[in-house]
Amino acid sequence: MRVLAWLVEGTWPACVDAVRAHAPDDSEVVLLHVSGPEVPGVAHGAFAGLLGRGHPRGHRPAGDWGSDPGDRLEALGGASAAALLDAAAERLGRPCTRQERSGRVEREVVAAAEGAGLLVLARDGDRSRLGPKSLGPAVRFAVDHAPCPVLLVWPEPAPDLTTIPPPPPHHHP
Amino acid sequence: MAVPAAGLVVATGALPLDHARAEAERLGPVVGFLAAVLVLAHFCDVEGLFQACGAWMARRAAGRPVRLLTAVFALASAITAVLSLDATIVLLTPVVFATAARTGVRPKPHVYACTHLSNTASLLLPVSNLTNLLAFAASGLSFTRFAALMALPWVVAIGAEYLVFRRFFARDLAAAAPADRDTGGAPELPLFALVTVGCTLAGFVVASVFGVEPAWVAAAGALVLAGRALARRRASPLTVVRAAAPAFLAFVLALGVVVRAVVDNGLADLLGHVVPDGTGLSALLGTAALAAVLANVINNLPAVLVLLPLAAPAGPGAVLAVLLGVNIGPNLTYAGSLATLLWRRIVHQHEHGVDLGEFTRLGLIAVPSSLAVAVVALWGSLQVF
Repeated sequence: MRVLAWLVEGTWPACVDAVRAHAPDDSEVVLLHVSGPEVPGVAHGAFAGLLGRGHPRGHRPAGDWGSDPGDRLEALGGASAAALLDAAAERLGRPCTRQERSGRVEREVVAAAEGAGLLVLARDGDRSRLGPKSLGPAVRFAVDHAPCPVLLVWPEPAPDLTTIPPPPPHHHP
Repeated sequence: MAVPAAGLVVATGALPLDHARAEAERLGPVVGFLAAVLVLAHFCDVEGLFQACGAWMARRAAGRPVRLLTAVFALASAITAVLSLDATIVLLTPVVFATAARTGVRPKPHVYACTHLSNTASLLLPVSNLTNLLAFAASGLSFTRFAALMALPWVVAIGAEYLVFRRFFARDLAAAAPADRDTGGAPELPLFALVTVGCTLAGFVVASVFGVEPAWVAAAGALVLAGRALARRRASPLTVVRAAAPAFLAFVLALGVVVRAVVDNGLADLLGHVVPDGTGLSALLGTAALAAVLANVINNLPAVLVLLPLAAPAGPGAVLAVLLGVNIGPNLTYAGSLATLLWRRIVHQHEHGVDLGEFTRLGLIAVPSSLAVAVVALWGSLQVF
C-alpha cells in the first residue's frame, strides 16, 4: 500500500506524526510538497507594474534593476521545498520517497493521490473551533475529490467540544 | 518602445520641438534625482543591507507568522520611503520570501505585503516613488513640507493595510512554524550604508532649509557608497552606470514627451472637465479617486504626468491628492494597470497562474479603505501645516 502525506509549511509535522502512528510498517510512504505559482506570480506582477524597468529578453543577475524578482522567488521556493521535505523525512525516521510538484496545489494533490491506499493531510482553515471552517479551500477540494481513503489531522491539539455552536431550536411543523 | 514613440511625435509635428525640449529640461533634474536614489539603493544592497534585513526579520519573528508580518510591514515601509519602491520590489521581496521559507512560515501574506507596501508606503518622501519626484517638482513644496504633509497620510494608509492583511490572511497567519526551525545568527549591521543613508536624509532637511536642490544631496550619498564600492573593488564603473538604470531614465524622458503630446492634443480639455476644483475634503477625495482609476487604466507613471498640469493650479493639496491616488491605486490591479496586464497577456510573456480573483479581492478591500483614510489625513494635515 502507498501512503501519501501532503506537507504544507507550518502544519507538516502533524502529518508526519500521523504517518508514523497509522501507516502499516510494510507500506510505501511518499512525502509530497506542492509549490503553487501564485507567490512568485505576485512578484512577477509587481515587477511588471514598474513600467519601463523590465528587460523582457534575457535574465539579469539578481539585484540588478532589470532582474525580475519573481524568478528569484521561484528558485528560492524550490530550495525551501527541498529543505522542508528533508526535515520531514528526518522526523519520519523510516524509508520514504520525496515528491515535489508545482502547479495548482489542490489539483496536484488529487492527481498524486491516484492509486494511493491513504492520503494524509492537515486542516488549513480556522482551527480555533470544531467545524467546517477548519478546512481552507485547498484541503476542502482535496478531501472532496480524493480518489482514495483520507486521514485528516489537526495540526495542533483539536479544540474541545464546547466550540460547537448549540443546535438550532427545534421547529414544530 | 517609448523612445522611438517620442521621436515620432516630434518628427510628425504632434509636439513642437521646443515643447519637447522644454519637457525634457523640466524632467532632467527629476531623472537625475531618480538615478541617484537608484544608485544609493543598489549599493546599500552591495553593502549587505538587505541580507541584514532578512536576518533581523528571522530573529524578530522566530517562526511566528504575525510577528513576521509586523516586521515585514516595518521594514518594507521604511525601505520604500527612503530607498524607493524599486528597492522594495526588486531587492527586499526575495529576501522576505527567503526569510519566510527558511523559518518555515507560509510566504504568501508577506510577499503580498511587500507588493502592496511598495505602493502604499511610497507616500512619505519625494524620493520614495518616481511619481512623487514628478509631483514634487511641480508642486513647489520644500522637501520638509512635503514630508510633513504626507507623514500622517503615510501612517494611516499603512495602518489600514495592516488591519486588512491581518484579517484577509488570518488562516495563513495562524499556521505557526515548528519551533525548532533555524532562525539564523544575529544580523551584521552594514553601518557604513546606514550612516550614509542617515546623513543623506539629514542632508535633505538641511538642503531644504538653505534652498539647495535635494537632488544634489542624493547624488552625494550615491557617490559616497559607489565610491567606497569602487575603492574596495566590489564594483566597476560599468556597474555604477548600470545601477543608475540608464535605459529606464531614457524611458522616463521619452514617456514625458509622449504624454505631453497626448495632453496637448486634446486630453487636457477632456480631463479638465473631470478634475475637481479646490482643496476641500470632497474635492481632494474626488481628485484622489480619479487618479486611482486612471492609474489602474493606464499606469501610475503616465497617469501622474497627465494629471499634474491639471491639478497644479489648485495648489499643493490637489497635487498631493493626485499622488495618494496614483500611489495607492495600483494595488487594485495585478501588474499595476490594465494596460500592462493586457499587453503582457497579448504577447504571452508569462503564464503565471496568479489567482487574479484573490489578488483583486484583496485590492478591492485594501485600496478604498487606505485611500479614504489617507485623503482625510491629508486634508487634516493641510489644515495644520
